[in-house]
Amino acid sequence: MIGRSITRLEGHAKVTGKARYAADNNLARVLHAVLVGAPIANGRVLSIDTEAAQRVRGVVRVLTHSDMPRFGAVSFPSAILKLPMQDDVIRHEGTPVAIVLAESLESAEEGAGAVVVRARSESPLVPRDSAGETPVRMGFGEDLNRGDVPGALQRAAHRVEQRFIQPARHHNPMEPSATVAEWFGDTLFLYDSVQAGFNLPPVMAAVFGIDAKNVRVIAPHTGGGFGCKGWVWPHEILAAAAARVAGRPVKLVLTRAQMYANVGYQPLVRQDIALGCDAEGKLAALRHDVVNTTSIVETWTEAATEISRGLYAVPALQLTQRVERVHANLPTAMRAPAEGPGSWALESAMDELALLLRMDPLDLRLANYAQTDPVHGKPWSSNKLREAYAEGARLFGWRERGQLPRHDGPWRIGFGMAACTMTTFRHPAAARVRLQDDGGAVVEAGTHDIGTGTTTILPQICADTLGIDVARVSIQHGDTTLPDAGPVYGSSATMGVGSAVMLAARDALAKVARLAREPVETLDFAAAMRRIGVAEIVGDGRFALPGNASFNADGAGTPDAMRTWGAVFLEVGVDPDLGLVRLRRAVGSYSAGRIVNPLTARSQITGGIIWEWGKATMEQSLQEPRHGRWLAKNLSNVAIPVNADIPAAITVHFVEEHDEHASPLGAKGIGELGATGVAAAVANAVFDAVGIRVRELPILPSKLIRDLSS
Amino acid sequence: MTDSLSRREFLGASGAAVGVALTPAGATAAPKGRTAERMVDVTCNVNGRPVSAHVEARTTLLDHLRERMDLTGTKKGCNEGACGACTVLVDGKRMNACLILLAQCEGRAITTVEGIAQPDGSLHPVQQAFIDHDAFQCGFCTPGQVVSAAACIAEGHATSEASVREWMSGNLCRCSAYPQITAAVLAAARRA
Repeated sequence: MIGRSITRLEGHAKVTGKARYAADNNLARVLHAVLVGAPIANGRVLSIDTEAAQRVRGVVRVLTHSDMPRFGAVSFPSAILKLPMQDDVIRHEGTPVAIVLAESLESAEEGAGAVVVRARSESPLVPRDSAGETPVRMGFGEDLNRGDVPGALQRAAHRVEQRFIQPARHHNPMEPSATVAEWFGDTLFLYDSVQAGFNLPPVMAAVFGIDAKNVRVIAPHTGGGFGCKGWVWPHEILAAAAARVAGRPVKLVLTRAQMYANVGYQPLVRQDIALGCDAEGKLAALRHDVVNTTSIVETWTEAATEISRGLYAVPALQLTQRVERVHANLPTAMRAPAEGPGSWALESAMDELALLLRMDPLDLRLANYAQTDPVHGKPWSSNKLREAYAEGARLFGWRERGQLPRHDGPWRIGFGMAACTMTTFRHPAAARVRLQDDGGAVVEAGTHDIGTGTTTILPQICADTLGIDVARVSIQHGDTTLPDAGPVYGSSATMGVGSAVMLAARDALAKVARLAREPVETLDFAAAMRRIGVAEIVGDGRFALPGNASFNADGAGTPDAMRTWGAVFLEVGVDPDLGLVRLRRAVGSYSAGRIVNPLTARSQITGGIIWEWGKATMEQSLQEPRHGRWLAKNLSNVAIPVNADIPAAITVHFVEEHDEHASPLGAKGIGELGATGVAAAVANAVFDAVGIRVRELPILPSKLIRDLSS
Repeated sequence: MTDSLSRREFLGASGAAVGVALTPAGATAAPKGRTAERMVDVTCNVNGRPVSAHVEARTTLLDHLRERMDLTGTKKGCNEGACGACTVLVDGKRMNACLILLAQCEGRAITTVEGIAQPDGSLHPVQQAFIDHDAFQCGFCTPGQVVSAAACIAEGHATSEASVREWMSGNLCRCSAYPQITAAVLAAARRA
């Protein structure tokens, strides 16, 4: 059953509209909440006139910082520590300054439009190309200085030194964040749009001074997250606070525009890379200096240097991470963090180095394959990158590309490739499996369906372990009354909760075998349960990390270093008259551990490739320099890929692999891996097509036209 | 009935939650609160059932379906006609329910994702094709995609990969299941 392509078990609910997302919960007596955002990026609230808003028919209450209850101090996993509506300070445009509660959505919207905010504005800090400051460390993305980098670069036969820039980008999940909050005394129910329901109880407990056990989060389906629904964002707290003040359930749905300033995004990242190699292309030194924007009082480090620690065997390494403070909301993890930005810079620079060497870019990468973890010298838990390169190249026809046409009507055709890699993040997880004496089973895990296939592969793993048909397995999920199955981010869910389900099923089988005094190998659990007169047996499974840690990156603290690997090969067309870039076909080939369901895995990788096609060619969120606002806050003016942008010819291959060091299941993560390497491969293919090297994303027609015309 | 409120007035009255922008010197004037919103009576048909409603004139079809009829399959992704998550059929034509007032639906027949399947509950060929081709991930855009795809086929646009890609581009999918959506629409069209 593991390794088989089965269609999604939640498919029927999704194609019929029966799947309930957070904002689909219509509670009796609910009040609709609409946020009023700060109109300036830097300054203070002078006054908030709510009189007109309170006159709007249907408006029940308008809350501001002066009557909002004071919150208790919060810590991680609250995304930000300085919560809004607690004082009069404004640190970014759009930060909530008032909440209008009304009997209908229409009244709440009208009321929000009638609130008058007076504020004193000062010039905001915006991106300014500074050297940045050294951030407080997050546990990865540390600076590193090993070997004589300046000397090795000076002695190098070939050298590339370039700056690569990518603009800020927003996640733009199709479902805007939504929270429906209802109190029963000191007990809080939240129907929420989240990637990690178990992140909420400790934060809500700290805010409201209640027991974390009294917070229940119900979130079976989430309409995409990509990182912006991972940690707890202020609107979730404000919805709960408003419900408590009003004594009624509150539904708060962020507008699309509010999604730009009320949850995170991927920051602007500037990367300076220097590569030096010998005459054969063997890397001698790598310098990688990264600066990303972050908010005024909170720090997000976009750890792009992570890729330089892991992808290639380089004796001398010099890595720095700095942050530049701007008056904007706090950035956060976005598919793919760290290696997503990092691969854009490193894999572009590798292509430039290959050109200097007159070497096939694939051969340059093979020459620098890292046999062991370059920083710690540890063995890889598993690494079949070379097989992935070979099969990807074969499927694409990479070695034969010289024989392929270079023109198609007005289009000039180019080919590009890049390596893909992602740090392996792991989180602990628990699950339960209930065996029934009729031969069926129920998986219980407090995980979420965010589209990654979790609610299909967990029953699949359970069925495989029990030796039954997947149709006999049902799943209970998306509720914090179930076992803590960990978050659905960091590409970690399959390893964590997938392994926990496998172990829970084994535990249940072992219990039946013990009770029935039968060997587990030949056990027919249903027959045995009927024979001994037991209707249900519950098995528990737990995926734990070394030292019972709550998080593990890169196999730290274990004998092995852990990453996922791959390569992406692209064919693009460039219209030299119009500067248009079109994706013609793509092949992605990956070494990422055991694949539970090739059908859903393929969709995930395809989605990752397209995600980065958007980053490469269209997406950017610009901070307007005078007022510090996001320039565009909607889906009309922020381009993201649509169906017409994407050809059917996207081929995904997985190398056969089983990584029992990363997880008992043998799986690793694939959610972010597909979204690495692609931007560089696009830039490399564009260069191959028209000879223009773009080092600042996105590769817009204007950038190509400018160079083509000169 | 149709209402005399223009789109501009409607948006002005119920616009999204933007605070009133300010200069450092002081406040701009507050927009006048509309304290007595005009009410209208509307009779239409939703998924084969007659519906009568007494609503504020500014009520959109989308908000009425979701907040008052509990037909939450139709999703709100942008509320400005840019994403297609709220696609419904109005007299057989695909439309963004966020851009239509309920008051404009007098006498119209509306089909939402909840009304796409056969009366006996068996799935529409498009729905089955979406499952078979794994044409969704998170599923939030899926109701709009399914309704749009049914119309795309009925319009005669599901003739080739290029045509489907073009005519399905009003429906955004951030999980980017586009190749599978295209395959599903073509497969369903062959069966239709």
